[in-house]
Amino acid sequence: MIQPSSGGRASRRMSSRDLALVASFAALIAVLGLPGSITVFGSAAPITLQSMGVMLAGSILGWKRGALSVVVLLVLVAAGLPLLAGGRGGLAVFFGPTAGYLIGFVLGAAVIGWLVQQRLPAYPLWWGGLANVVGGIGVVYLVGIPVLAAATSTSLWLAATGSLVFLPGDALKVVIATAVASAVHRGYPGITAPTAAVKSDRAGEQASAR
Amino acid sequence: MLTSTFRPGASLLHRSGAGAKLLGLLVFSTVLVAFQSPLAVLAGFALVAGLYGLGGFGPRTLVAQVWPLRWFVLCLLPFQWWTAGWQVAVAVVGTLVVAVAGAALVTLATRVTDLLDVIARVLEPARAVGVDPERVALLLALTIRAVPVIAGTLHEARDARRARGLERSTRALVTPIVVRTIRHADRVGEALAARGIDD
Repeated sequence: MIQPSSGGRASRRMSSRDLALVASFAALIAVLGLPGSITVFGSAAPITLQSMGVMLAGSILGWKRGALSVVVLLVLVAAGLPLLAGGRGGLAVFFGPTAGYLIGFVLGAAVIGWLVQQRLPAYPLWWGGLANVVGGIGVVYLVGIPVLAAATSTSLWLAATGSLVFLPGDALKVVIATAVASAVHRGYPGITAPTAAVKSDRAGEQASAR
Repeated sequence: MLTSTFRPGASLLHRSGAGAKLLGLLVFSTVLVAFQSPLAVLAGFALVAGLYGLGGFGPRTLVAQVWPLRWFVLCLLPFQWWTAGWQVAVAVVGTLVVAVAGAALVTLATRVTDLLDVIARVLEPARAVGVDPERVALLLALTIRAVPVIAGTLHEARDARRARGLERSTRALVTPIVVRTIRHADRVGEALAARGIDD
């Protein structure tokens, strides 16, 4: 592999593979939200898997590219493409009561990616699952619920209890996203670099081992 | 498969600039939220309804835009009425509905490409911090192209899952889709590199 040569600028600029991965995962998140595309538990509970797409983007691409893929999706949604769960799209979704969850998706993917990158190249299931719970549920709800409460002028408590309906589905998505991410990290080692500090440590270890 | 919410037309609303419409929406919704009163809701609704008329959109279209809010309205209106009085109920629910209707109108009357152009223009000053608007435009275009490709892999994976008798396993569906998503990215990345995107 050819390493990016000219220091600062090259590291800030994304490679063509990065661009392609970000675009493809943005599309993946959109496809997982297609109406009636996928249902969990056969067809008993029609939950879309869009938020699982967010977990996958963070878990597989790392914090930067993962969050960027969600941003790209949201930009296209804002421009009028119906890429959100249930075929929703347009600027209207950012003015509705659930807009906070969309912002939470961006931060959630970043948090998941950051946590996962702390351990890469290893992807222990418990750590990956924890990252998905913290970022994919915790952060998403942490942003989504206050916005919901503010937009509807209800108490935080009420907005929070209303969101509990989605918790079982989200827990299930964490399990699946973690299993899939684990398989991907095994099959595509090095798809995402560990965080800088960890990387230099590991590089030192490898050098001394040699 | 990717049909945007844009509806073609030749009205004044269609012809005015995307940036102006976005700015108008921002001002409109800010004022609406700042006042949050039944009177502001009424005035805002009159304005939005008038603009729908100007754009050649009927009441049906307007209702369709706010239809996703129906459950919120059905739960929130009686709740707020009961706990805070009808003024608050109308102000809160009305602000929400009118703001969403206004936002939807902008995407109804503006091409996706025009809105994306606004983003590229807004990003122009960000060149200084290393953001390349052309690469952003490329990224958005790549994503639009990737959606039908990934959707296609979904259908293939669904058939394959049925053939393996694993209809109920979500994992047996998602894993192949993700793997194919990465493969698609690899192909596109190589094609971009071959065209000198990394130089």
